[in-house]
Amino acid sequence: MTAVPLLQTSPAPHKVVTQESPWARWTLILLALSFLSLFLLLPLVAVFFEALRKGWEVYLAAITEPDALAAIRLTLIAAAIAVPLNLIFGIAAAWAIAKFEFRGKSILTSLIDLPFSVSPVVAGLIYVLIFGLQGWIGPWLREHDLSIIFAVPGIVLATIFVTVPFIARELIPLMQAQGSEEEEAAIILGASGWQTLWYVTLPNIKWGLLYGTILCNARAMGEFGAVSVVSGHIRGLTNTLSLHVEILYNEYNFVAAFAVASLLALLALITLVLKTLVEAKVAQQTSRGNHS
Amino acid sequence: MTIEIHDLSKQFGSFTALNDINLKVNPGELLALLGPSGSGKTTLLRVIAGLETADSGQVLFNEEDSTDKHIRDRHVGFVFQHYALFRNMTIFENVAFGLRVRPRKQRPNAPEINHRVTELLQLVQLDWLADRYPHQLSGGQRQRIALARALAVEPSVLLLDEPFGALDAKVRKELRAWLRKLHDDMHITSVFVTHDQEEALEVADRIVVMNRGRIEQIGTPDEVYEKPANPFVYEFLGHVNLFHGRVHQGHAWIGDLEVDAPEYSEAEDLSAIAYVRPHDIEVDRTLNGEPALAAHIVHILAIGPVVRLELAGKDNQSTNSIYAEISKERFRELQLARGDQVFIKPRKLDLFPNHAQNGSIH
Repeated sequence: MTAVPLLQTSPAPHKVVTQESPWARWTLILLALSFLSLFLLLPLVAVFFEALRKGWEVYLAAITEPDALAAIRLTLIAAAIAVPLNLIFGIAAAWAIAKFEFRGKSILTSLIDLPFSVSPVVAGLIYVLIFGLQGWIGPWLREHDLSIIFAVPGIVLATIFVTVPFIARELIPLMQAQGSEEEEAAIILGASGWQTLWYVTLPNIKWGLLYGTILCNARAMGEFGAVSVVSGHIRGLTNTLSLHVEILYNEYNFVAAFAVASLLALLALITLVLKTLVEAKVAQQTSRGNHS
Repeated sequence: MTIEIHDLSKQFGSFTALNDINLKVNPGELLALLGPSGSGKTTLLRVIAGLETADSGQVLFNEEDSTDKHIRDRHVGFVFQHYALFRNMTIFENVAFGLRVRPRKQRPNAPEINHRVTELLQLVQLDWLADRYPHQLSGGQRQRIALARALAVEPSVLLLDEPFGALDAKVRKELRAWLRKLHDDMHITSVFVTHDQEEALEVADRIVVMNRGRIEQIGTPDEVYEKPANPFVYEFLGHVNLFHGRVHQGHAWIGDLEVDAPEYSEAEDLSAIAYVRPHDIEVDRTLNGEPALAAHIVHILAIGPVVRLELAGKDNQSTNSIYAEISKERFRELQLARGDQVFIKPRKLDLFPNHAQNGSIH
């Protein structure tokens, strides 16, 4: 189709009431840009600058030494367990909240938000209180030779706790906006519950799900506070990437610290790009087919 | 397929959506559930479909109790007000869905599905849209696809929830006629919900008028329009004039007008309301011996073959303006103008003694 303007009005400058004067506009833009560069862009550049200060070889050595590799591996393991679990939980919780009415629904909604409102350090401490040596079930765990605190399971638990809201929070408004008529239609047409989930519900939320997963993954890999409490900082064993950065920094090994930090920064940049790409798709999916 | 509904009731919290509903839908009939919003018509339809469960009562399909039957086993086709097409599927996939989700043994093979879907798309005259997505279609097209999708599984009952409610007036009229024709061709037992009395009168074989969770009247369009069972049905179906009067020993008085009311020969000075349709009001310039009510013309709307007069009564027999509809010939003959004094008398009038003006209808 060719776009031909239907009404070519005379070039009289028509002023929109919400339009600010150029002076005001540029001041605002400049203010926002300088704030962003100072507080976001500058640190980001600094990370890569410091990391590469002594050249590529030192950089590569810092991120390939055994302890760093162990930290990368642990971070990946924690994310690989936490993200799929939250994926399943997020879909189940969002499905329940968006499509059904039940007693205690508002409590469930608040519980999902809890990790957002509780300090991660407190979250970590709760796990120490429960599973630690002096904790509620600590003695029982020790008798059976199981260790959760200061070990990988504790790190996974803490990671799951802080990332619980991401996927559910993303899906609930999307599913609420879409309503449950399509599911009703599918069931009337003879589809089973699983067929309805697989062919109707999941395709309708796929972009929102991906968006939530990206955010969830970013948080899972970058989490510091909660993990720091339960980890015990055993090099090569219970150190995640962010904990490893801290240790290196405390040892005045700045170049290595920044080198490892640059990996996290890189992850953030990739997340940002993916997020932007997916965001447009989410908006499209929400608006489409809504009685338009 | 016969649908029988026995003593069906349903509460939503303190709100009574359905109050002891009894209804029989005959095989091959197109039945309309008509009522204002909140009258329980959609709830009734959803209970028949199995999308809601009633608190008490039964739904029988061919004399078989299906109260506890799962939706999947009821073999109903359902058309939603907002279409509820699967937005992530093409039109073809939407219509094929019901066939593709069948258990492997009952599932038709791909060429059969292909054939059946194409056939249905031709039936709704939209086979050229097979590869599009729902959001690329207009409202009227979407609703026709929704109908094709519902018919794909060869349902024994077709249920439609305000099928034309979201469409604009012109498309609605077209689809109405089209649905009527489709039903005449297929003869599938169908129930549709509407709040539009014109739609119900035009399309349905029989109309069930509902209000506040109860059935007010069941009858053919002609019956409910010509012989409304009570004031609610009268006011809900078409324009009507309301008069206040009294009934006494077989006679009714509305102002100076006396009418015979033999069915109320036992009545002893009861207050009553009377309904007269605008086209049942006779207008004359003079009193020719017969009793009539004096009124004067407030407004004249003379577009089309019918002239609509807005009149104000002399006394307070009618709280609102009185509307009368006369033919253009009669209008010319009388040479009426705004402000003229006229005499009106009802050709046909329905009395309901002891009813308050509006409200407490039961």
